[in-house]
Amino acid sequence: MPYKIVSEECTNCAACETECPNDAINEKKSMFRIDGALCSECIGYFDEPQCIAVCPIPDCIVIDEKLPRYAA
Amino acid sequence: MPPKVIPIFAPQAAQTSGCGAKGGSGKSSCGSSAAPGDMSPEVWAKVKDHPCYSEQAHHHFARMHIAVAPACNIQCNYCNRKYDCANESRPGVVSEKLTPEMAAKKVLAVAAEIPQLSVVGIAGPGDALANPQKTFHTFNLIQQAAPDIKLCLSTNGLALPDHVQAIADLNVDHVTITINMLDPEVGELIYPWIFYNHKRWTGRDAAKILTERQMLGLEMLTAKGILVKVNSVMIPGVNDRHLAEVNKAVKSRGAFLHNIMPLISDPAHGTHYGLTGQRGPAPQELKALQDSCEGGMNLMRHCRQCRADAVGLLGEDRGAEFTSDKIAAMDIAYDPKPRQAYRSYVERERRDQEAARASELAAMAGQAGGDKVLVAVTTKGGSRINEHFGHASEFQIYELSGAGAKFVGHRKVEHYCQGGWGEEEILEDVTAAIKDCAAVFVSRIGLCPRKDLAAAGIEAVDAYAHEYIESSLIAWFRQRLEKDQPVAATAA
Repeated sequence: MPYKIVSEECTNCAACETECPNDAINEKKSMFRIDGALCSECIGYFDEPQCIAVCPIPDCIVIDEKLPRYAA
Repeated sequence: MPPKVIPIFAPQAAQTSGCGAKGGSGKSSCGSSAAPGDMSPEVWAKVKDHPCYSEQAHHHFARMHIAVAPACNIQCNYCNRKYDCANESRPGVVSEKLTPEMAAKKVLAVAAEIPQLSVVGIAGPGDALANPQKTFHTFNLIQQAAPDIKLCLSTNGLALPDHVQAIADLNVDHVTITINMLDPEVGELIYPWIFYNHKRWTGRDAAKILTERQMLGLEMLTAKGILVKVNSVMIPGVNDRHLAEVNKAVKSRGAFLHNIMPLISDPAHGTHYGLTGQRGPAPQELKALQDSCEGGMNLMRHCRQCRADAVGLLGEDRGAEFTSDKIAAMDIAYDPKPRQAYRSYVERERRDQEAARASELAAMAGQAGGDKVLVAVTTKGGSRINEHFGHASEFQIYELSGAGAKFVGHRKVEHYCQGGWGEEEILEDVTAAIKDCAAVFVSRIGLCPRKDLAAAGIEAVDAYAHEYIESSLIAWFRQRLEKDQPVAATAA
């Protein structure tokens, strides 16, 4: 459950929302956030985290150091 | 509400057999300009009201883009998704995103206010087909709310093959694909990555996948009879020499129109090309490439590279009149009657204009050809010379020859007249923008700018104020030929 969206970088394009296999990304009050309880780092689904692969802004989606890494 | 029609006078003109009556000018202008003479009646019916698919239509009809598709599935080096400034006009930029419901209401609001509206397009600000649910839901709502408005979309083509059936089912007649290359070696210089099949692809692999998907999508669309416009961004030193090949490839796959556009590159936009100093082409370079691609295929030269939320005639943007808060307060009913009245008015205007053009061309027939001459025209629509020189924010450029008047492009300028006073510096820029033109046709012009233009070798012509552009230009050119060649005329 380790990814988070850096809201100052995010352009609200919503590309990540539709790609997330866990429906962990939602828009609330024009801000997108990743639900840490649902994020699986795409492990078991895809070779790379889909939100990062589709995000047009470098370093907009990063590891959330406050949370432990996902263990499959 | 009474029908709103642009208040310009309609001069008396002889009735003709219709728009198809062309003079002996052959294939005129950007191909997309002509009346049915060079296209089948079915195709003409599809493009005659679409300002982007017909140069002729762009004088009369307005379009709007609705920004319901923010996500994109590729990264282009000429695009930066981070900034959206209301003062910037370029593709990929919007001021506010819309939900499909808000978008449908905006369409009704604009349609009620602008009877010239004929087309609603989804062009981003990301990619229409990277947001298929939003795009198709919006189209469904608009089709129910305003069935007389045409639908149109623009895509990079990566997701296109997956959605061709849905596009056909919604009766979307017009699809634009942006194709900048066929060769992966060129492609890797334009696209840093694509997102396809749950994976980010880079380098030549990315470019190869993109090209294959674009060509497949193009073939699938044309097989269904959907008109496809191909947009290509001309990037000097990157794909400028390659675009002739792209032109051949899309032509052979049945694309209807090719729109080669100049790269917009400004460090302030924060794009890769802007930040690395990649230059855009000069107008002359662009025209030379367009000229070399012409022949057998229609070439679009009237593109204004508008924003993904632009509203109005090409070259104008009335988007600020239709922001979400303004629309939310409106109570709008669907009423196609003003648009129907406007369309019949345009039909009559077109017949008159074609008659005037054909008669001027006939009068010129038999004259010695003379050299080609470029001229500039100021217009606010309706195919008429109806803009004051000082109020012009762009000049339309026509090439005149024995074959007639051919639209070859437009040049943007700052208004010369600022608050009633002319600005010398701006006049210098304006003069520079049209320095290759022999004359500028205006509805009015002050004495000072007229003198300055004359000093630069540009004749200011206001004798055709409020008259049709093409017939006026041919008449002027004919008189110039007569003046210039008295000896040849006597000898003959």
